[in-house]
Amino acid sequence: MIKEKLFKYLTQTAALCSVIFLFGIILSIFKEGLPIFAEVGPFKFLAGKSWHPTHYPPEFGILPLIISSIVVTGGALIVSVPLGVGSAIYISELAHPKGKEILKPLVELLAGVPSVIYGLFGMAFLGPFISRVFGVPIGLNAFTASIILGVMVVPIISSISEDAINSVPKQLREASYALGANTWETIIRVILPAAKSGVISSVVLGFGRAIGETMVVLMVAGGATALPRSIFSPVRPMTSAIAAEMGETTMGSSHFHALFGIAIILFIITFILNLITEWVMRVKVKNGH
Amino acid sequence: MNRFKMFVLLSVLTGISLFAASNSITIAGSTTVLPIAQRAAESFMDIHEDLSISVRGGGSGVGIAALIDGRADIADASRPIKTKEIKLAREKGIDPYANIVARDGLAVVVNPKTPVDSISIENLKKIFTGEIENWKDVGGPNKAIVAISRDYSSGTFEVFKELVLEGAKVKDGALMLASNKAVATTVTTTPYSIGYIGLGYLSDEVKALTVDGVKPSEETVKKGEYKLARPLFMYTNGEPKGTVKTFMDFVFSSQGQEIAREVGYVPVK
Repeated sequence: MIKEKLFKYLTQTAALCSVIFLFGIILSIFKEGLPIFAEVGPFKFLAGKSWHPTHYPPEFGILPLIISSIVVTGGALIVSVPLGVGSAIYISELAHPKGKEILKPLVELLAGVPSVIYGLFGMAFLGPFISRVFGVPIGLNAFTASIILGVMVVPIISSISEDAINSVPKQLREASYALGANTWETIIRVILPAAKSGVISSVVLGFGRAIGETMVVLMVAGGATALPRSIFSPVRPMTSAIAAEMGETTMGSSHFHALFGIAIILFIITFILNLITEWVMRVKVKNGH
Repeated sequence: MNRFKMFVLLSVLTGISLFAASNSITIAGSTTVLPIAQRAAESFMDIHEDLSISVRGGGSGVGIAALIDGRADIADASRPIKTKEIKLAREKGIDPYANIVARDGLAVVVNPKTPVDSISIENLKKIFTGEIENWKDVGGPNKAIVAISRDYSSGTFEVFKELVLEGAKVKDGALMLASNKAVATTVTTTPYSIGYIGLGYLSDEVKALTVDGVKPSEETVKKGEYKLARPLFMYTNGEPKGTVKTFMDFVFSSQGQEIAREVGYVPVK
């Protein structure tokens, strides 16, 4: 009896801790970040095209950073959605059971590779390779970062989509085949629509993962603060600006607050993404799966 | 009775803190000088086990402010003290004394395949502000220049800004990378790129340009011939004395100067 109670309280404390950490983080980024909105004005901060935080006088426009994040993340999804959903379909519907046994853990292993290793790979091999193949002056750019981020996101999209595809009731497949549909038609017309909400939430989660990823973009995206002119322009996503500049800026300075201001924007974006995932999942439950 | 106890307690505490003060040193300031101070403090405490040194970063301004307020015994600075700060210090009875502990040199590097060997500071400024965008304007082939810089808040960028850009803005298209190592790697793998790194990071994989006709080396930095260099300071209150002197002597000893070299700076002794 005492043991049970103790166990309950212990787990309760653990659950409470996460909530406390979450609110602590929210509180501190807003406390440190809001002053910059007051100082330069929300519009100038969000839509300003020039980021020169240590110049005199400093300029805190984060539009290039926001655009950089969107370009790189969008590019990552273009790479990862076909690869992730494709491999989910293959693993759950088409692969031989033996092949599935090998393939599935291999794709998931991709998720276990530390991001700094992806970064090193991009910096030392993929970047120079892309610069040579496409004849662009610099290999550290939005395109290279997109490819690497895309590959990183594949396991997230693949494993969640695969779960969704697996949970499509067997009767649907059988009914489809009974009506004379072939495998391809069954997958495209029946299974994917039935697994839609799971696939969509895997993509939203992948988006969240890609926009929050820091190490890879810090090492591979190039870090230039100009608005990107093409996909081969070096860019500076929000996360890499925070990571690169926070360490050496003076605490309490405008630059410090501006970096927290970026963190607020990033937080709001990921928060909205999580809400969307939650909502999509809930719709799915309501529909009776 | 109670009051008496309190008095005894207070005097004991004061005694302890006074005793501690003479045996501990607080260092604060520039993150550029931080690696020297940190490593020197560690080695110093290995030798003098009875002395304790606490080292903090914060930036040159923060360090000098701490020295003026009496919160630090030594202020690390990567720039000379300003007249305003000297005035402020004098008002508080502090007499800032400059100890130059090392020099920080910047090498301008290009990919070894780039057929350019020298550059003037003026052209360097034009490259990094975006006025010159092609190697042919500085005696090279007709190829676009890839300008690689360090991040906005790094000490290395600060030197570059001060000695080369002279108040101008670095162009938006320049790559801003997070470490000396990242700049070196990128220059190595990118033809027609140009960047700058601390002297300690030079290797065979990049080509260092002569700047205004002078080759960057420990020698030329020491003699003051190489222009892209600056002194690194540890400011003390008056000429170093007591424990602070023991520590400064260590920093200037061959062991201390070797530490400066190991963390990438040019020794002064």
